[in-house]
Amino acid sequence: MSLTEADVKRMAHLARIEIEEQEVAPMLAQLSNIMGLVEQMQAVNTDGVAPMAHAQDLSLRLREDRVTEQDQHAAFQALAPQVEAGLYLVPKVIE
Amino acid sequence: MINNSLKELSAALAAKKISSRELTQAFLDRIAQLNPVLNAFITVDAEKSLAQADAADKRIGQGQAGPLTGIPIAQKDIFCAKGWRTTCGSKILANFTAPYDAQVIERFDAAGAVNLGKTNMDEFAMGSSNETSHFGPVKNPWDPLAVPGGSSGGSAAAVAARLAPAATGTDTGGSIRQPAALTGISGIKPTYGVVSRYGMIAFASSLDQGGPMAKSAEDCALLLNTMAGFDTRDSTSLDRPPEDYTRDLAQPLKGLKIGLPKEYFAEGLAPDVAQAVETALAEYKKLGAQTVEVSLPNTQLSIPVYYVLAPAEASSNLSRYDGVRYGYRAPEYTDLMDMYKKTRAQGFGAEVKRRILIGTYVLSAGYYDAYYLKAQKLRRLIAQDFTEAFKQCDVIMGPTAPTTAFNLGEKSDDPVSMYLSDIYTIAVNLAGLPGMSIPAGFGANGRPVGLQIIGNYFAEAKMLNVAHQYQLATDWHLRAPQVV
Amino acid sequence: MEWETVIGLEIHAQLSTTSKIFSGAATAYGAAPNTQACAVDIALPGVLPVMNKGAVERAIKFGLAIGANINRESVFARKNYFYPDLPKGYQISQYELPIVGKGDITIQVGDQEKVVGITRAHLEEDAGKSLHEDFHGMTGVDLNRASTPLLEIVSEPDMRSSAEAVAYAKTMHSLVQYLDICDGNMQEGSFRCDANVSVRPKGTEKFGTRCEIKNLNSFRFLERAIEYEVVRQIDILESGGKIAQETRLYDSDKDETRAMRSKEEAFDYRYFPDPDLLPMKLSAEMIAEIQKTLPELPDAKRRRFIQQYGLSSYDAAVLTATKAMAAYFENVVNSVGAPNAKTAANWVMGDLAGVLKRDSLEITHSPVPADKLAGLVARIADNTISGKIAKEVFEAMWNGEGDADAIIESKGLKQITDSGAIEKIIDGIIAANPEQLAQYRSGKDKLFSFFVGQAMKATQGKANPQQLHDLLKKKLAG
Repeated sequence: MSLTEADVKRMAHLARIEIEEQEVAPMLAQLSNIMGLVEQMQAVNTDGVAPMAHAQDLSLRLREDRVTEQDQHAAFQALAPQVEAGLYLVPKVIE
Repeated sequence: MINNSLKELSAALAAKKISSRELTQAFLDRIAQLNPVLNAFITVDAEKSLAQADAADKRIGQGQAGPLTGIPIAQKDIFCAKGWRTTCGSKILANFTAPYDAQVIERFDAAGAVNLGKTNMDEFAMGSSNETSHFGPVKNPWDPLAVPGGSSGGSAAAVAARLAPAATGTDTGGSIRQPAALTGISGIKPTYGVVSRYGMIAFASSLDQGGPMAKSAEDCALLLNTMAGFDTRDSTSLDRPPEDYTRDLAQPLKGLKIGLPKEYFAEGLAPDVAQAVETALAEYKKLGAQTVEVSLPNTQLSIPVYYVLAPAEASSNLSRYDGVRYGYRAPEYTDLMDMYKKTRAQGFGAEVKRRILIGTYVLSAGYYDAYYLKAQKLRRLIAQDFTEAFKQCDVIMGPTAPTTAFNLGEKSDDPVSMYLSDIYTIAVNLAGLPGMSIPAGFGANGRPVGLQIIGNYFAEAKMLNVAHQYQLATDWHLRAPQVV
Repeated sequence: MEWETVIGLEIHAQLSTTSKIFSGAATAYGAAPNTQACAVDIALPGVLPVMNKGAVERAIKFGLAIGANINRESVFARKNYFYPDLPKGYQISQYELPIVGKGDITIQVGDQEKVVGITRAHLEEDAGKSLHEDFHGMTGVDLNRASTPLLEIVSEPDMRSSAEAVAYAKTMHSLVQYLDICDGNMQEGSFRCDANVSVRPKGTEKFGTRCEIKNLNSFRFLERAIEYEVVRQIDILESGGKIAQETRLYDSDKDETRAMRSKEEAFDYRYFPDPDLLPMKLSAEMIAEIQKTLPELPDAKRRRFIQQYGLSSYDAAVLTATKAMAAYFENVVNSVGAPNAKTAANWVMGDLAGVLKRDSLEITHSPVPADKLAGLVARIADNTISGKIAKEVFEAMWNGEGDADAIIESKGLKQITDSGAIEKIIDGIIAANPEQLAQYRSGKDKLFSFFVGQAMKATQGKANPQQLHDLLKKKLAG
């Protein structure tokens, strides 16, 4: 499977990273190199091997249903690029 | 004093030979003098550090001191520390002041340690040379032309150059061990889940693990006593009884079985590194250890597996940097989509973007099974290799990195060659095992060589013992660079 | 051509936990913007999710109630997409291994029963809210709702009409409230429906291309939206067009569906197991403990009401439609006794339900609580007042004038059951209306009601109707 410029543009769009037209070719070259390395995986047979998602085979801990957090929105919103009336402002969202 | 061990500093503080304020000020002065050359720190805040030092002095005066009370410790800029700028080496967080403490920071605060400042690092811990930092590269104190390794390059350089008695790091694919090796210091990445990830900015969640970086194994053990501990706020934190990681330091090594993976001594290993490692192994034999050849047959695959899994997790972990609630937002944009895209294009550096795109690709429709799922299956095979190997030995040893520190700029245009330099460290993260690097001499170019020690799950105390006994018999860890 | 409608529903039930699914922030509705959005909810760098046991228990309870398999190991996955009300840039949900597997539920459509299959139900977190009021041409984001626990209940495409879809949604709505896992408040968005709608030529097997309709926050909107959508799809197909698979939004003001612009592009959610959350393994003990807490479910309750109280199937269905109404009814019956169950049922379903609806009140907030209505029913049962007078008493009770006995006493509404007294009144009326009496006796039977009316007027309606009827018949006959 070899990457194409269209793949690069699609990934950049999915990842919401602007990519200028002249950046596409060099990016394709770099990503293709990396994917070339990745392709080595295909040489190994993994039939019947269970995927490993975590380092330890443990079960999820469950937390008691209790409120432990207090309102800190003033401190949090001091970090925000644009806030009004307690709301985070973003360019108009169209549904 | 700058060369003293933590134990010595603690004793001096307890004996009132020096105050924490004096000690902290001394290191702040050294940072002021040398950081312009080394660029090991992103943020220093003398006022905050000294306030903590004063509090520590008060505590010492009240006889309430613990082993780390009053000791200044540099924090990798990946740990959120309340009121401190916390950048993760990225432009996208360049103006982010953390409103809360990471669990690691809380634990150091509770121990009375002083936060000496936030150390430089590869952007979002993605890199092996510290060249991807938005705040510029860190210089290796042994040679200003060399990289310090990464991603915890700032912490490594700070400890090596004696700008800090000790530091913290994080290790996703070797980011504690490789810079420790390249700067001639000691560092340990604990078993996954031993140190809480709460407040440690995520790169690849299933691999990230914090750990100490210091001049010696003994110092690392003391630091780990504070860093390790169960945390209900991290669902992958392990609920285990607290351990004293210094407990076995004095144990003799007679009868120790050291496994030597043949794959770690194969093609690609630089002769001078091989030589230094052989010399270290000979020293271990003198200490009563035996060596046995073991095999980790899937070692080569660890790099491709890692470069699927880590970018996949990262691509998702880094989606929160969208210019909405905190961090950088592009100054000009036409609409929401444009705001997202410009913010992220301007806020992230080249290596982070590459990994986000790779991660996005391997998770995308039609490719998930071939890449992501395949990599998860291989991850299990890689972990099983270690399980087999540990049937024949107590610890595994080998080089930490295939070469000594490379030059700044040498690999920065060739991501793949950079990735290959993590060949000996990555598998440990995939398996979730503890791994350590300790100084073991110097290469042909006078740059340090690291010896890697890999332990079985939860064998940190054993590994620290193995490292400490070596450091009692050798003085590599006491060598310090002459920084101009 | 004759068309068949195929509908599957996705219901998002907000689980009634006090804290969020992955954080310790409160879930209470209506707080000032972002005051219930903690560090985890706003996805600060370095924060991590921790699973709420209360949400898991509620999901298990639901699974057991629909006879579904509870997966002993389920996995949380990340659904990746960018949206301002999704702080992490991904939603934590369940994808390949949901907590609840296949089950089913019986719905009643008219007098027909139908079994609807449940494909799965999974736990996930809600997103925040985007407020589109004009902030200088910008959108405001409130993250109070972010990370509120949801149970997404996915049905099989088993429904064939909007009526069935509504019946299914109502049955689910009732069930989650019976189970006490969701408050069911649709105005506040605690119970939301998305409908997958397609049409196909009647008699064919293959499903048509479906559209997903979002934003159906009332049963009426659900019904209207499906009906509009079915007509739209048939129109397209009959004019030779093709249905585009898309997400549509129901606009209740215009009573139509329209394609969502934000969902125009093909989505690639890049699901993968969340590395921050380990697989959730549930013990047999935990499931057994929850099994013990299952209440009597609507279907069982309906059957019991028929058997125990002799109610009709229809009455039993109405009274068990909500847990609160069933509980109210049973409280009344427990007080007045099973022989008066029919009277109690009539009052609860009739007068009470009427005024509750008129005044937009929930039965749990009725100004006339069950024990007070029981007091009224008891006075009807023991003939103290007639059914007609009871309406007057009830209205007074509703207006807070006291309990039934006090009102009957103070207003002098006690029924006149003394035959002598009634006869005396009748004698007076007959004496005062000789003309009408003569006409009646000459065969004008209709005038009987004139005399009833006069007598009721004279007694202010308090005469026992049966006694009055019998005595009047006798006296008028002479």
